[in-house]
Amino acid sequence: MDIVGRLEAEQSKKEIPALRPGETVRVHVKVVEGEKERTQIFEGIVIGLSGSGSRAMFTVRKISYGVGVERIFPIHSPRIEKVEVMARGKVRRAKLYYLRERSGKAARLFGEEGSGN
Amino acid sequence: MMTGLIGKKVGMTQFYNAEGNLVPVTVVQTGPCVVVQKKESARDGYNALQVGFGSKKSQRVNKPIQGHMAKAGKGAFVVLKEFRLDDVSKYEVGQELKVSELFKVGDRIDVAGISKGHGFTGVIKRWSFAGFPGSHGTHEYFRHGGSIGNRSYPGRVRKGKKMAGHWGDEQVSIQNLEVVDIRAEQDLMLIKGAVPGAKQGIVIVRLAAKG
Repeated sequence: MDIVGRLEAEQSKKEIPALRPGETVRVHVKVVEGEKERTQIFEGIVIGLSGSGSRAMFTVRKISYGVGVERIFPIHSPRIEKVEVMARGKVRRAKLYYLRERSGKAARLFGEEGSGN
Repeated sequence: MMTGLIGKKVGMTQFYNAEGNLVPVTVVQTGPCVVVQKKESARDGYNALQVGFGSKKSQRVNKPIQGHMAKAGKGAFVVLKEFRLDDVSKYEVGQELKVSELFKVGDRIDVAGISKGHGFTGVIKRWSFAGFPGSHGTHEYFRHGGSIGNRSYPGRVRKGKKMAGHWGDEQVSIQNLEVVDIRAEQDLMLIKGAVPGAKQGIVIVRLAAKG
């Protein structure tokens, strides 16, 4: 393997969460505040995956106090402790950017399991 | 104290630093550089170390240089380069200079390399000129630079006027880059941001002049 490939392999996590667009996830992120470190949870819908190998990222969208918030996480980041999949929505495309134009009931995904729909 | 090393650009990737932040890095293979000649002020008028980097077959270099490189006893080198320094007494001909001895994580460095050659380029690509409108009467004058001067005063084109011409393939230095990581066993250096030149290009890494 070439040098860059080896560096990337070394940076990659052994086990990565198998995420799919449309899943509702809880991302456990380590946050450093001064000297203390704590875990913060970001819960929302995966609206897209991008990149490959050690550079792969995923975007999570949630509605926080009526405002849409999107966070893009590197899958292999050491800051991410774990990603829990809460529900799996049935979707027909890879990027769910259409959810940005919807709000309230229209922004729901109809799921296969665990989503309550 | 040695001030720099010769290296080869390997490529770019991303790297998680100690804080867990993702930073863009260029991977540079620096060294091992071998001291080929010591220049001393008594004999040469200045103090410097001539170092060699990269190996190639010794029959690929001419006889005089073969003899010169043989003094270091490490075969033939692709590049020879001098680094000025105040005191050369600590160094020996044939000594290997390693990245880990010279740089450490967090150091600021300057990197020089030969930029990618773009050939003869027009003003739009080379200087980001806007060109001319695609319609509204423009006739056969779309990617031109426009006027290059005034009239009888100054009666000439000003020096440094941005025009079409050869772009790239010249030495470019980038100052004050940060060393993100050092891999001593493979002589690798991870430098934050981009470095001039193509992959496999030769670069000179020095301690920052304005660090």
